[in-house]
Amino acid sequence: MAQPDATHPPENVVQMRKIVKRFPGVLANDHVDFELRRGEIHALLGENGAGKSTLMNILAGLYRPDSGSILVEGRPVNFATPRDAIRAGIGMIHQHFMLVPSQTVTENILLGLEEPRFRLQLARYDQRVAELGERFGMKVDPRARVWQLSVGEQQRVEILKMLYRGAEILIMDEPTAVLAPTEVEELFSILRAMTREGKSIIFISHKLHEVMAISDRITVLRRGRVTASNLNTHEVTRAELARLMVGREVIFSLDKKPVTPGEVVLKVEDLWAENDKGLPALRGVNLTVRQGEIVGLAGVAGNGQRELAEVITGLRKATRGRVFVSGEDITNRPVRQGIRRGVSHIPEDRTHVGSAPNLSVTDNVIMKNYNQPPISRGWILNAVAANGYAERLKKEYDIIVPTLQTPVRMLSGGNLQRVILAREISSQPTLMIAMQPTRGLDVGAIEGVHRLLLAQRENGAAILLISEELEELIDLSDRVVVIYEGKIMGEVSDGNVEEIGMMMTGIPQDAIRAGEADHDR
Amino acid sequence: MDLLIVLQAGVATGTILLFATIGEIFAERSGVMNLGVEGMMLLGAMSAFSIAIRTGNPWLGLLVAMLAAGLISQIHAFIAITLQADQVVSGLSLNFLAVGLSLVLGEGLSKAGTITLIPSVTLPLLSQIPILGPVFFTNQKLIVYFGYLLIPLAWYYIYHTRPGLHLRAVGEFPAAADSLGVNVYRLRYFYVFVGGVLAGLAGATISLAISPGWFSELTTAGQGWIAIGLVIFAQWDPLRAAFGSYIFGALRRLVLDIQGPMMLFGFPNPFYYNPYWGFFLEMLPYAFTIIVLVIGSREAIRKRLGAPTALGIPYIRGERGL
Repeated sequence: MAQPDATHPPENVVQMRKIVKRFPGVLANDHVDFELRRGEIHALLGENGAGKSTLMNILAGLYRPDSGSILVEGRPVNFATPRDAIRAGIGMIHQHFMLVPSQTVTENILLGLEEPRFRLQLARYDQRVAELGERFGMKVDPRARVWQLSVGEQQRVEILKMLYRGAEILIMDEPTAVLAPTEVEELFSILRAMTREGKSIIFISHKLHEVMAISDRITVLRRGRVTASNLNTHEVTRAELARLMVGREVIFSLDKKPVTPGEVVLKVEDLWAENDKGLPALRGVNLTVRQGEIVGLAGVAGNGQRELAEVITGLRKATRGRVFVSGEDITNRPVRQGIRRGVSHIPEDRTHVGSAPNLSVTDNVIMKNYNQPPISRGWILNAVAANGYAERLKKEYDIIVPTLQTPVRMLSGGNLQRVILAREISSQPTLMIAMQPTRGLDVGAIEGVHRLLLAQRENGAAILLISEELEELIDLSDRVVVIYEGKIMGEVSDGNVEEIGMMMTGIPQDAIRAGEADHDR
Repeated sequence: MDLLIVLQAGVATGTILLFATIGEIFAERSGVMNLGVEGMMLLGAMSAFSIAIRTGNPWLGLLVAMLAAGLISQIHAFIAITLQADQVVSGLSLNFLAVGLSLVLGEGLSKAGTITLIPSVTLPLLSQIPILGPVFFTNQKLIVYFGYLLIPLAWYYIYHTRPGLHLRAVGEFPAAADSLGVNVYRLRYFYVFVGGVLAGLAGATISLAISPGWFSELTTAGQGWIAIGLVIFAQWDPLRAAFGSYIFGALRRLVLDIQGPMMLFGFPNPFYYNPYWGFFLEMLPYAFTIIVLVIGSREAIRKRLGAPTALGIPYIRGERGL
């Protein structure tokens, strides 16, 4: 018999030793060690694809390690399903919430439990859920349906779901990715409240400033390996962490040349549109973008950004209002009319909207000009010309593929994005709508996309950049416009993060400024 | 033409649609659309009639009908849930299979002999209530009363019990249910079975109670398709389904009764003297079904009506997490 208490100090609630996990073609975790102390917030830092989520999915019972061992409270464990992990007190909160939108908060929390046996008697459980929330400083209406809640509130429901099941260890996978700045603050205070109650938290992130702000200790992963473990947060600097994470010095600044904006290219007037559920998603949006200007559209996901991009590019009908491109009214006109006017679109969904996954690189890059010479004359497609064109773009945009006939679904995220950018930029757009152009890309690829966008700006294109990364918006944009529930809250051109953050939670700019004036008086 | 009698007969006819519609609601609430309702009903009608005529026991016929339709529904369950095939194609195939099977097994059944039917009952006190009494509680088949019980039971089960909570979760967001240890596949199999059992019951209700006999595919006469339309009309809610079923039942009876040789508002009845007018009326429920199905097949509208989000989508557990 092993004597766990003698060899492992009891304050280590989790110990993972020499964890190895392979996926086809990737060594996701290469002999990774990890430990978590009781009552601490331990940040797991690393770039996309560094193996953070894989490691934690192993701890949460979603994956089984190829080798290595896990000890929880000093006892070896072997989880076959997430249920086993929850029973051992480990709950994971995923980036994509696992909540049933049409059901109430309490119903979501009770899902899958043995109790209540048959009759739901929601009123009784509503009470318990509300009490649990109060204990950890989380205000959530137990009777509200999940679709009515903000993203931050939904996250709280996820946390409550785990706490209700008696979780002692919480794994948060990139919890701030979907939150507005003020919501991040609330989340942090909830996390601190939980550690005071003796819970231990693993905080997965690639955002340095957040890790510095919330964690007690840090473990850094790069390409499946630990590059630094159990660093005390107050003893390291941001630059050191960046180097450990990326493996080289990172330059945090961009070369943005001054450009004088020219004529108005995009003009949106009192635009209204509905979302897929038939609810109003845009409620009177006004917006202009001029030549040589990047306008950033900030906002928490789902506040009408996607609908705006779709209406401008002709993919969604406007119910009211007008969209002008270079003076021509293209409201509710076919997509092709916009393309002829020089509108290019980098959609949020790369794999289904931005590209045809099963078609080759060549087919994907000629999608916008296949019907023009030299690629086609009449109804005959000139394959030689098409391939020549694709070959040129491949060189120009540094697309790495075995052959041009490779279906684009085989490409990595960064390469796929370069295919889309190559197609959209080579058409010499007058207006670019770029939605989340860097989401899910690694640091190197992000830099490349940023440089391409800035080059287009210098060429005189008008760019509407829609992103949830505030830093990216502020670095690239000449102006940042904030959208909330389908309305424009205001505009910032000096990179005032605080003001943007407040507008993202629905406070109009006028109200903020008026409040400040009161304060000064 | 006595309106109360039309309504009374309408409730009886509507009971057929009620069973089939509530059955399909259970299946669709779990995320599986089963277009084989018509076939399963026909199989139920045939087996119920066949067993009742051989054993003289209509209740045994009812039981066998429910089992037979429940069993054949599992073919669709296997194809749609385990093999993750297209549910429309699979459901249509099940329909052809079940219709064909019923016609072959039911060959010559109509000439087979005499049969004991499900008895009619008048409830002592309830039948005294004005209007409601004669319509709902006077001289109705026993099975019609079972329909009254099923409506609140199904409603309570779906919205106010733990299994109902799991049923809704599996149809709305199976990944969430799965992540909390709910067995998505098992539940979907089960509710497709429930849908089959109730379709079988609907079929047996025709051949043993409401319009007794075996008339090949005319026994069900497309009521299974009407039921599928009613599910959308009812927005997947048993109470609305009951409302829709009884209304449709009443209209069906009205269409039959209105074709008699009487005077309408002082004029000779055109539906009697010109049979094409009658045919036109008989067509209307099916035309309605086509319209509802076409409207309901548009995803945007389905979402607006509150269709289960995962309806028609096979659940595949992600190999990289959920």
